Amino acid sequence: MSTLGDRVRQVLDEHVYKNVIWKSVFRHGFPDTDRNRTLVVLSNIFLHLHPAKLKGHAVRMRYTWCMGGLSFFMFLILTISGVFLMFYYRPTPEYAYNDIISLREDVPLGMFMRNVHRWGAHAMVLIVWLHMLRVFMTGSYKAPREFNWGVGVILLKLTLLLSFTGYLLPWDQLAIWAITVGTNMARATPGMGHEGPLTSMIGLDAGYDRFQVVHSKSDIRFLLLGGSIVGPPALLRFYVLHCVFLPLVAGFLMAVHFWRIRKDGFSAPL
Amino acid sequence: MPVFTLAAVPAPIQLFFDFINLLCEPWLFFTLSMVAFFGALYFRRILVKPAVALGILIASVVLILVSFLNPQFASEAGKPDNAPIFMLLYITGFCIWLAMWQAVKNDERIARGEGPEEAEVAKTRLHVWPYLIYIEGIVAAFVLAALFIWALSLEAPLEQAANPAKSPNPAKAPWYFLGLQEMLVYYDPWIAGVVLPGMILSGLIVIPYCDPNPKGVGYYTFNDRKLAVTMFLYGFLILWCVLIFVGTFMRGPNWNFFALYEQWDFHKLLSLNNVNLSDYFWQNFLGKATPASWWQREWPGFLVILVYFALVPGLIVKLFPKLYRDLGFIRYSVLIGHFLLMLSLPIKMYLRWAFNLKYIVSIPEYFFNI
Repeated sequence: MSTLGDRVRQVLDEHVYKNVIWKSVFRHGFPDTDRNRTLVVLSNIFLHLHPAKLKGHAVRMRYTWCMGGLSFFMFLILTISGVFLMFYYRPTPEYAYNDIISLREDVPLGMFMRNVHRWGAHAMVLIVWLHMLRVFMTGSYKAPREFNWGVGVILLKLTLLLSFTGYLLPWDQLAIWAITVGTNMARATPGMGHEGPLTSMIGLDAGYDRFQVVHSKSDIRFLLLGGSIVGPPALLRFYVLHCVFLPLVAGFLMAVHFWRIRKDGFSAPL
Repeated sequence: MPVFTLAAVPAPIQLFFDFINLLCEPWLFFTLSMVAFFGALYFRRILVKPAVALGILIASVVLILVSFLNPQFASEAGKPDNAPIFMLLYITGFCIWLAMWQAVKNDERIARGEGPEEAEVAKTRLHVWPYLIYIEGIVAAFVLAALFIWALSLEAPLEQAANPAKSPNPAKAPWYFLGLQEMLVYYDPWIAGVVLPGMILSGLIVIPYCDPNPKGVGYYTFNDRKLAVTMFLYGFLILWCVLIFVGTFMRGPNWNFFALYEQWDFHKLLSLNNVNLSDYFWQNFLGKATPASWWQREWPGFLVILVYFALVPGLIVKLFPKLYRDLGFIRYSVLIGHFLLMLSLPIKMYLRWAFNLKYIVSIPEYFFNI
């Protein structure tokens, strides 16, 4: 007496898994044998992030908390919802704020996508912290993974910068003042900010006059904002950093991070 | 203010609020946080028991729900962008418990000579398909569902259009940078905003190179790496999360400190009577006028810094010779430099609270204040 499941499986076996198109896409049969389960992972570019087999503890949720995978998952969600938002957003003060309002008022699912993007960003910050906490608590940064831990720290920094640059884009009071507070710190960069220590020493005295190299119109904060206040050029810069530059750098480092975690192996005496 | 506060709150709860407010002096709150932290590490075997942990969880939920009766707390906690703070509290709390629960179990196993639980589980090798892929898929689905529910139930904030002429008070950075903003109270921006964040990054990066302990790889443990875990958790929980909490809930107008359940009063007056070390030295100690030229004036401050960064490392070598032997000169210097910089934050905080100390070295001529 065969169950419905068996019959469905029989039909799939005969008409789907041996089908020319199926076999051209997936180069193996149904993954219920050791061989096919291995091939699923080896022959799929996405699943190939993983090895074909893992030691038992590395699969358990209580060990990994799934935080590394979730960090990447959040990055994907934020990329998709972010691209959606880019269709409706122009990074100039004339339009930016009104575009956010029209996301809420006019665009189908506009506010939902904005909410997903904002809360996803907050969640990603938290998830990346917890990923680092987990890796620390299991000592998983130790040799031969020292370098990859460093890459992870830079990725953490990039996550914060991505969130921070995105914070300005709605161009409301919350945005510009949070960014004003944040970027004011750059004024004080030693030697590179106009209110930083040592900066005033960098200059030339020409008798009655003084040539100051780093001042409020040439310091690192000016470079970051494209001006001496959080104004239109800052909005454009943060937009480009947020949508193009930082995701590219983060994507590049993620590739390194994932590749190295596979290649470095693990020194655990387990 | 009190009229507004008392209207809806039952008397015993108001009494509780007042009691908590008494504990919310900056020095007392920070000290209690540290006592709680080290106490929790010491009593970890009791605290990680699921029943005890669940009790703490329920108590904290009740505490937060009751806190919402307080209008000031409710208005801050109700801000949509502060929702992650509660996730920070609960999810981080849960994760710390999960790590320590397994660490305590493993430590007991190791003490019995059985080896960590992970080593036993690691003996079986599992196919990634389906055993890992399914977990990942299910977790991703749950997280996506949770994110969608969050997005449907809470609107992303949108305030009035940007107006460079109208600054809010207090003006706050996003929640994850409020720890840094809180450091600005105790250090000038070049330290709080540039040196210390840079040090956090470089400090994290050098961890693997400065941790000579061969034990504790691939399993949760506390006993096998007491020093490393304590230092990391101290930095993460006390110097990062607690400061974020303070920056969010206890810093009101003009970045003044307010107790947790205290109404934010825009006209709260605080005397700014902080004194530089140089003034303490020349005027209070020697009874002279503070010299005008900075190098004459500030040598006591530079001496303090020099002693801190040169003599303390030597003292630690004397006290823990094994640490130095394991690390060697360069790695020991890197580790101890970061450690002392990290510790300089709570030290400066206590100096401020105890002696109203403003700067250890103050050279406003060059914006060089420590």
